[in-house]
Amino acid sequence: MSQHERKPHETAHDDAWPAVDDDHPHVTPVSTLLAVFGALLALTALTVGVTYVDLGPFNLWIALLVAASKSAVVVLYFMHLRWENAFFGQILIGSLFFVALFIGIALVDTTEYRPEIDAASPPGAAGRP
Amino acid sequence: MSTGTTTTGAGATTGANDNYLTCDRGIRSWLLTLDHKRIGLMYMVVILASFFLGGLFAVLLRTELINPGPTLLAEEERAWDFYNHMFTLHGAVMVFMFIIPGIPAILGNFVLPLMLGARDVAFPRLNLMSFYLWLIGGAFFVWVLLSGVIEVWLGIDLPGGGGLDTGWTFYTPYSTTTSSAVVPALLGAFTLGFSSILTGVNFIASIHMLRPEGMRWFRMPLMLWALYGTSVIQVLATPVLGITLLLLVAERVLGVGIFDPSLGGDPVLFQHFFWFYSHPAVYIMILPAMGIISELISVFSRKHIFGYKFIAFSSIAIALLGFLVWGHHMFTSGQSALANAIFSLLTFSVSIPSAIKVFNWLATLYRGSIWLATPLLYALGFILLFALGGLTGLFLGALATDIHFHDTYFIVAHFHYVMMGSTLFAFIGGMYYWWPKMFGKMYSELWGRISAVVVFIGFNLTFFVQFVAGSQGMPRRYANYADAYTVYHQISTIGSYVLAVGLVMVGFNWLHALVRGRTAPANPWGGNTLEWHCPSPPPHHNFSRPQRVGDPYEFRRWRFDPEIDGYVRVEGDPVAPAPEPAPAGTTDS
Amino acid sequence: MTTGGASETGRPPHLAHHFESSSQQVETGKLGMWIFLSTEILMFGGLFCAYSVYRANHPDIFFYGHQYLDTMLGAVNTVVLIASSLTMAWAVRCAQLGKQRGLVGFLALTLVGGAGFMGIKAVEYTHKWHTGKWVGTANMYHPAKADGSMAPPKTEADPAGAEPAGPPSGAEAASQPFAPPPDRSQVLMPSTGPSGMVALEPSPALEPKAAEHVELEDLPPAERERVHIFFQIYFMMTGLHGLHVLIGMGLLAWLLVRAARGVFGPRYYAPVDCVGLYWHLVDLIWIFLFPLLYLIH
Repeated sequence: MSQHERKPHETAHDDAWPAVDDDHPHVTPVSTLLAVFGALLALTALTVGVTYVDLGPFNLWIALLVAASKSAVVVLYFMHLRWENAFFGQILIGSLFFVALFIGIALVDTTEYRPEIDAASPPGAAGRP
Repeated sequence: MSTGTTTTGAGATTGANDNYLTCDRGIRSWLLTLDHKRIGLMYMVVILASFFLGGLFAVLLRTELINPGPTLLAEEERAWDFYNHMFTLHGAVMVFMFIIPGIPAILGNFVLPLMLGARDVAFPRLNLMSFYLWLIGGAFFVWVLLSGVIEVWLGIDLPGGGGLDTGWTFYTPYSTTTSSAVVPALLGAFTLGFSSILTGVNFIASIHMLRPEGMRWFRMPLMLWALYGTSVIQVLATPVLGITLLLLVAERVLGVGIFDPSLGGDPVLFQHFFWFYSHPAVYIMILPAMGIISELISVFSRKHIFGYKFIAFSSIAIALLGFLVWGHHMFTSGQSALANAIFSLLTFSVSIPSAIKVFNWLATLYRGSIWLATPLLYALGFILLFALGGLTGLFLGALATDIHFHDTYFIVAHFHYVMMGSTLFAFIGGMYYWWPKMFGKMYSELWGRISAVVVFIGFNLTFFVQFVAGSQGMPRRYANYADAYTVYHQISTIGSYVLAVGLVMVGFNWLHALVRGRTAPANPWGGNTLEWHCPSPPPHHNFSRPQRVGDPYEFRRWRFDPEIDGYVRVEGDPVAPAPEPAPAGTTDS
Repeated sequence: MTTGGASETGRPPHLAHHFESSSQQVETGKLGMWIFLSTEILMFGGLFCAYSVYRANHPDIFFYGHQYLDTMLGAVNTVVLIASSLTMAWAVRCAQLGKQRGLVGFLALTLVGGAGFMGIKAVEYTHKWHTGKWVGTANMYHPAKADGSMAPPKTEADPAGAEPAGPPSGAEAASQPFAPPPDRSQVLMPSTGPSGMVALEPSPALEPKAAEHVELEDLPPAERERVHIFFQIYFMMTGLHGLHVLIGMGLLAWLLVRAARGVFGPRYYAPVDCVGLYWHLVDLIWIFLFPLLYLIH
């Protein structure tokens, strides 16, 4: 990482600054990794299986819920968030909030003006929508 | 003394003139530098060059508009095409290459680690990569835009040509059907955006992780709060611009029909995508400017900033609320009435934190010991012009009036007041303020003040009449207009020449300072933020030891010393408890 | 001041000059990576927005279009990526414990997983190409014609055979590179498609709700001409995702080379950790893409 050659002016003042080698990370146990993998496989099977059952509009929400569960497991264990600085989780949640904001308002607007556009374009015509 | 001398270190003594400018020589030491200060200077050169280019075209635009009918070129069709290419270049270069990167890349890069008492930003190599991304994207962008203008002007064909005539906003379906070189321009803008994102990542990590002992969040200078808010916006909003530009490229190259109605797409959706970034982008432009103003107002009133926490929270509030209002650019575009109402209401809310800041700055000035130095002249200009620009924003946030003002010169005047009258003024003020720190040279105060007045007069002459013209119905982006508007355009054009003269004077003042300026002291203004605690110019490492942190606006720690025409530390610090005995042989920093 | 493997100035060799401790350096690197991941989430978020808007406004098209995606291949891809996430996380563990062979092995397995994913994607894309469901080539932007007029973008032929509005496309489409032959319609009827890797006839073993298979005629007339919207979104989303997989594979290859040289260990594993975070994000995006594109109701 810092393997560039240090020039004289770069090393001159290092002594006055602390330089501590103190990194002791949490290491994920193999059993945890494998358990997470198993859970992900099970959830994948679940999400495919649910498509065979007709629950009307709920199918979409169940699919999203399962996807969110899989994501949570990946984030917490594979991405180590369970043992990391809570701020990283806040960054993640924050970005998801802004995505939801964007999608939400765009959906509200486009579904609101959709009827006006549909009314203006005659159905079945060879013209463009 | 004005330059740094230290005696610490493993036997290595630094010379009296050893600073970040002189410590290493040769072009490679600049092009491959990891020093945030040098990167800031390299950005300064290229960004000011883009400002010059954009400004040149502004003057050309105004010259075209001095009369109705074609002015610069004889044949009408070519003249209008030329005009479209010119205003697109002006807008795109100014927005993407000057005003969005400007303050963070130049002043932020230089000052942020110094204010943190740190030795560099969190990711120095990423910083250099940001610079090269800017350079590559910018070069590409300028080539596409400029070649297009030249092509239309001279009637020739250049490689990569076609230019761009969509306006900087790339609205569909024109941008998906025009024959100009939209795709290369989009790729250039994408690269510039990537540079912006990486700078934002760097600054957020730096502020979180490199603060010294004792600098908790509410002990940070307000400039850092401003840069933090800016970086949050850069990180969250710019990726959406990225995907928007990519989708537009896909639309043109592959015929993907997401935005083009003839392909089944939705042009209003393009505007949602575009403005979701571009509205927060204007807060990327203004927040760092406000950070500079907080510093300037406080230092040049010799008074603690009034309402520190309010200003800090307002920076974050502006950053967050700025994401809720993008639809106010689309009131007349076919957005639904429901969304119109929601966005109009939210738009009014975003004016509140800005107003809070203005009140706090005024309260800081009140009964302060005011020093009308050049930086403060720009700060005072900022307050007036930002107030005007911001208030006119309220007219635009109200649906009933926006119907009439949208796409008129009222809008043009509004955003020039907030982007140019505010951000540019703050940028110039900040440049003057930190110039002695960056170069160890003082500029001419007399010419600084004169040029500030010229710029102020020129700016208002150019843009104030545009409010009137717009309210009378003069549309924007029109090269031709009815005779009734001629007087407004002529005043505006004369104003633009005055403004150009003023800005050239500023440039000459800086250049002259570089060459002939007298040596600057470490702290010419008596500021207490940490960058004034190291020599002017700073050494390569900034500081030789971790800094003791106090209140950034505690000015009683400094007294004026006429011998060096600058400020020095008061012996026996009047506000701090008795300090630990200083290590032998050091005079601090 | 504790040092390990100190340089002549007493600093640990991997500690950059502007950091005061290894933990600060590692933490800062991870913070930077997480912030970068949030930018990726916002970027893909834009695509999810386009998806949401079009699916909400054209649900029939989405159901119709998704029939042409092979659920089995999508599920296999999901499992492949999940497995590669496992091997990636295991590789980080090996780096932290100094297990060089494990590190190299698991990095290689992750790379293989990524390659497998792209391979299956290539199969799917090739099939789409052969069955004429490519990314709007018939609608490619046309430069200005010789007489100076602008040729408007092509619209696909109505499968029902009606004349499309706008200039005829036959000769021009044939002259464009990569365009399918002009006599192919943009979207094929499920029962008339050529046999490819996927059975276009709904197979009771695989296809959900075979009884509710949708034909083109089942769609409202105005929607029949917009079915390409589903495929545009499909290609944009899986295409950008695939590009990120390729970038990830490049990063993994870089790590593999360095790991083989023994660069990483308990003192210095940050790059493995950070690339791992990136790779998991790629997996996360696919976790959402799969049900949203392949498992539509």
